[in-house]
Amino acid sequence: MSAVVAGPPAPHPTGRRMSVGRRLLGDQNRNLWFWTFVGPFMVGLVVFVIVPIFWSLYLSFHEAKGTVSPTKAVGFSNYTEMLRDPAFRDSLKTFVLFAAIIVPVTFALSLLLAVLVSRTRVMQTFFRSVFFLPTACSYVVASLIWRSSLFSGNPSSLANTVMRHFGENARAWIERPHPPWYWLVISSARLWLQLGFYMILFLAGLQRISPTLYEASAIDGCSAWQTFRHVTFPQLRPTNVAVLLLLLINAFQAFDEFLNILGKQNGYPPYARPPLVYLYYVALKEQNFGRGSAGAAILTVIIAVVALLMARFNRGDERR
Amino acid sequence: MNQARLTQPSAMVTAGWKSRLGVVSRYSALIVAAVLFLIPFYLLLRNALSPEAELSKRVWRWWPGTWEWGNFSKLFGNDQVPMLRGLVNSAIVATLQTVGVVIISGMAGYGLARIPYRWSNLLMGIIASTLLIPAAVTFVPSFVLMDKLGWIGTRQGLIVPGLFQAFATFLFRQFFLSFPKEVEEAAQIDGLGYFGTFWRVVAPNAKGFTAAIATITFIGSWNAFLWPVVVGRTKDSYTVQVVLSQFITAQNVRYAQLFMGALVAILPLLLMFLFMQRWIVQGVERTGLGGD
Repeated sequence: MSAVVAGPPAPHPTGRRMSVGRRLLGDQNRNLWFWTFVGPFMVGLVVFVIVPIFWSLYLSFHEAKGTVSPTKAVGFSNYTEMLRDPAFRDSLKTFVLFAAIIVPVTFALSLLLAVLVSRTRVMQTFFRSVFFLPTACSYVVASLIWRSSLFSGNPSSLANTVMRHFGENARAWIERPHPPWYWLVISSARLWLQLGFYMILFLAGLQRISPTLYEASAIDGCSAWQTFRHVTFPQLRPTNVAVLLLLLINAFQAFDEFLNILGKQNGYPPYARPPLVYLYYVALKEQNFGRGSAGAAILTVIIAVVALLMARFNRGDERR
Repeated sequence: MNQARLTQPSAMVTAGWKSRLGVVSRYSALIVAAVLFLIPFYLLLRNALSPEAELSKRVWRWWPGTWEWGNFSKLFGNDQVPMLRGLVNSAIVATLQTVGVVIISGMAGYGLARIPYRWSNLLMGIIASTLLIPAAVTFVPSFVLMDKLGWIGTRQGLIVPGLFQAFATFLFRQFFLSFPKEVEEAAQIDGLGYFGTFWRVVAPNAKGFTAAIATITFIGSWNAFLWPVVVGRTKDSYTVQVVLSQFITAQNVRYAQLFMGALVAILPLLLMFLFMQRWIVQGVERTGLGGD
């Protein structure tokens, strides 16, 4: 692959004799040049992304326990088994609940931070950097800080110290399913890690809003809130849609912090398994590739439907 | 407020008490938020430099009673934790992936943006649609593919599948579309082909954007967890994130050493990020990511 990328440009075949070859090469060898540039990437994408997707689809219709070259086709039974499996349904509920918390909260807070930072003159770069910095941190490291220091069950953890300040007892934030304090732990870790990135997207969106619109709203005597409600927010619509979609897809792929915050040496607790954690155990620990693939296909359909609905909704909005 | 003419969203209105109140509350909110954002870094630093015994005490401490710099040498002297190997593996994987992604996606993005080809839109559609397909769908069959190739537990298994990033290609294409066409046309009139135009004219003028993509790729690669935990299954192929993760869930954890490990793992990235974030911000603005 690297030979194609770094090597000298391919020789220009004249191709005068062969008209088929001539057509393949295109006008001024453009087709050849196109594939020289795009070819390495497309080959890799096909081999490492597209083929696995179709292979997964194939596996989902076969009995594939411990093997990936199955011989027995089983129709939709992997799908029906998956949909009947309470653990899989629980993982879908976990995803819906997680998305219902993390998507709106991240959206609102990152927009708020972007608006605050954009209206700041003094120390703007400082504030932007502080909020953006956790983006460079890994989910594993954040999980460690959250699990063993910020929200550990030890009375000396920061959360328990604050609780004692308000006269409350120290509590286990992570180990107990009831009440589900672990949601606070998981969600706040993700918020810390990703707010800054979405703030940067919103900051770029805010910059593209024409100043004349703000002049007009000032002349009309709009309050700050009215200006935000009727000028800023509607003008940000392309950014809003992209941010929502990215947030949703990322929430759906949640894995790192769940495994590292809730996981223990002897396995993962029976609650709060998002889809990816569940599939990780079905596919890689139990080696049931057929069911794992069926689960993955079901999840893809869900994501695709939501994405299409959002695109639809967005276009409908535009026409209005 | 009425006579005020705002020229910019951030422009200050008349110095009435109302706007002064606005400034004060805005800065208070920002300062509170900044403190909250810095707390985890503070905890990491405090714990990494605390004596082990202090971390299990039941009382809160703002700073370590004694600064325990020895955690650093203890961590790297701990036979049970292959920290050094993890760091070396992560450095190799992240560097090679970054170089590879920049070259492969940069060229593909340029080809898609600038070389007329009949099926170019169709290819772009395929590339964009793979963006919507979550890793959840591909990690099982990708794992299987790695198994067939005998790449489980190897560095090439960690590196090669990550070289083909649809998102990077998409962003490079957006960037090259916004590149002034006249410059390239002039280069082609001077007799440079597509190859020469790309490497001698376009690439040197895309340094800032390339730096942004490289930084994001390096960080993503260094911080990756799902793929390394699936493929890097032998001690020789653990990345630093896998080493830390196993350390977290192990028994009889030496917390001070663990936090020192985490500190060592993020410090180079934080420094790099602080230097490079200007390019990332510009890159986001330039490609209209999330807009247009």
